[in-house]
This record gives sequence, C-alpha cells and structure tokens, in this order.
Amino acid sequence: MRKHLLTAMTALALSTLAYGQSDMEKGINKYREMLADGNPAELFEMNGEELWKTARGPKNATLEKCDLGKGPGVVKGAFVELPRFFADTGRVQDLESRLLTCMETLQGFNAAELAKVKYNKGEMANIRDIATYVAGQSKGMRFAVPQNHASEKTMYEVGKRLFFARGGTHDFACATCHGEDGKRIRLQGVPNLTKNPGDGIGFAAWPAYRVGNGQMWTMQKRLNDCYRQQRFPEPKYGSDATVALGVYMGVNAKGAESIAPAIKR
Amino acid sequence: MGNPMRIRAKSANGETTVRVLMSHRMEGGQRKDANGKPIPAHHINTVTAKHNGKVVLSADWGPAVSQNPYLAFSFKGGAKGETVEINWVDNKGDSRTDTATIS
Repeated sequence: MRKHLLTAMTALALSTLAYGQSDMEKGINKYREMLADGNPAELFEMNGEELWKTARGPKNATLEKCDLGKGPGVVKGAFVELPRFFADTGRVQDLESRLLTCMETLQGFNAAELAKVKYNKGEMANIRDIATYVAGQSKGMRFAVPQNHASEKTMYEVGKRLFFARGGTHDFACATCHGEDGKRIRLQGVPNLTKNPGDGIGFAAWPAYRVGNGQMWTMQKRLNDCYRQQRFPEPKYGSDATVALGVYMGVNAKGAESIAPAIKR
Repeated sequence: MGNPMRIRAKSANGETTVRVLMSHRMEGGQRKDANGKPIPAHHINTVTAKHNGKVVLSADWGPAVSQNPYLAFSFKGGAKGETVEINWVDNKGDSRTDTATIS
C-alpha cells in the first residue's frame, strides 16, 4: 500500500509537471496528495472484495470463476487490459459490462434488469464496489488495452468517431473539452484524451472517490456524467457506445500508470 | 453493527502510528431532502482507541466531522504483533469495534 501510494504521488507530481502547471493546479494536486492517505475508496474496495467472494444471486454462487480476460478468477492485472474482446459473448466489453455478464452467467442475475438500476442504489452499488475492487487489483500497473482482435480495432475507430461527434443541445463532443492540451472548465484542468495524458490522468484515474459529493464513481458513471454535462441523452449502462469510448481512451493511454481507485475533489 | 473500518498500525522508534478510515454517513442533521424534510442527524459521537486493553485515545465527535472520517494518531509504545482496537458509538446507539495488528 505504501509503495503504491508513493508511486502514485510521484506519478501525480511528475505528470503534473509535464502538464505545464498553474499555481491553482499545483494547489489542487497538493490537496489531492493530502487526501490520498485514507482514501475512502478503500472502504468500497474492501466491500467489493467481499462481494466477489460471497455466494449470491439465484444460483447462490461467487464471482470467483469470472473471466475478466486473463482467465477465470484472475483479477490481478485484468483492469489494465480492459476493454477487450470476449469470445464467449462475442463482444468487446469493459469492466462493468463484463461484471454484468459474470453476474448473469455465474450468479443468475438478469443483466438487463441490473443495467437499469439507478447508480449508487441496490445492485448497482454492489457492481460499483466490485468494479472498485477489481480496478484496485491493478493499481500501479500500466495500461495495455489490446488491439489484436478485429472487433477491438473496430471499436477503437467507433470510439474515435463518437469522441469527435458533436451533438446534443450545445453541439458538444467529448473533443470539445478533451480534444486539446491545456484546456480547463472554470478552475478544473481537463486532460487531452486524444493521446496519452500521463500517469494517473484521465482514463487512468477512474474509478475514483469524489470528496465533493462523497461518492465512488466508476468509469461508466464518469461517462454518464460527461454526457449529462454535454446535455446529451443518457447512455445505457454498459452500452457499446460507452465501451467504444473506453477502448479509444484506453488504447490512447497505453503505458500510463493506473492509480485507480483514485481520489478527486 | 456498522460497516468495517480500515486500520493500519505501524511501530517505529518506540512510537506506534495508527491510521483509521471509518465508514459512516456522518449526517449532520442540518440538511433537508428533496421534499424539504430535515434529514435526521446520524453521526459518530465517541471514538475510543485501545492498546493492550489500555485507552490511548478518546474523542468526542459531532456533526462537524465529514462522511467516512479518517483519523491518524500516534502513541508511545506498542510493538509488532500487538493489537490496537478502535471503537466508535454513534448518536443512534449503533457501534463498531475493529482490531488491527501492529506491523
């Protein structure tokens, strides 16, 4: 834990130096470093680990045989290789859509019903905690989202198209805020996600605990909120569109160190 | 019985440093919900830390402490392998006790 904390802090410090820091950004990063010890995300991680190992659902089974891409039950290192293609479902899936699959096939839940549950409530809160646990098992590792299968390559291109597609009431695209270096929204710098933004930034910084509203946010929630901020229609949980964006950002972030679960203001 | 705490205790140079992350809503009691009804206060009132059965820290908390409180403190003594016990009691009478081994 300590080693990872030091690595994360160094990574944060180094990456922010490369970023071209304003005093305000330096202040925010110092605040984040102070918060990093005792990150409430650990509480969600602990719960997620317990859920992973607890027999649940109509089939009363654990998730310990869930294949996250590195073989059944292999959790360590799985997060930094997602999203990826899965032969059993014939789809490219991210962490959360893959958890839905495992919860259905192994535990007997209805994935379609789970996807409709409001975030932070009921089973969605459990999925959030399990996702936080799985992500934490790759903490400090570097992203290596695969581009071997044809579907993975296609999804990258789809993600890229979606990233730049302008729409909604404000004619925004992801690229409007995340398409260039040095952009900010009010006093918060936003990373350029068309390339590798650095260790622990952007794609490499989620799931994260947000101190401001005391909530643990997964990547799906982050994307959902991005679309809300752009005044787009709400994306379906675990939809191909959100997975494609994950592939685009994840491949762009190749080699960046994952600091998940991180902490945000 | 509340949610589990995360406790880490490390001993160095005759002093033990303890870091605790507690899981608690810490609802102050001043907020109102979407319908305008006040959300009742639900927060930790007392925290007690023990080492080998002896109290090394006691605290009186209230609505001013934020959600999922993080507490770090140190005390003289403590050796690797010994236990530290943290207990909290909230205003609804709920309580939680967790122990950790000093590393």
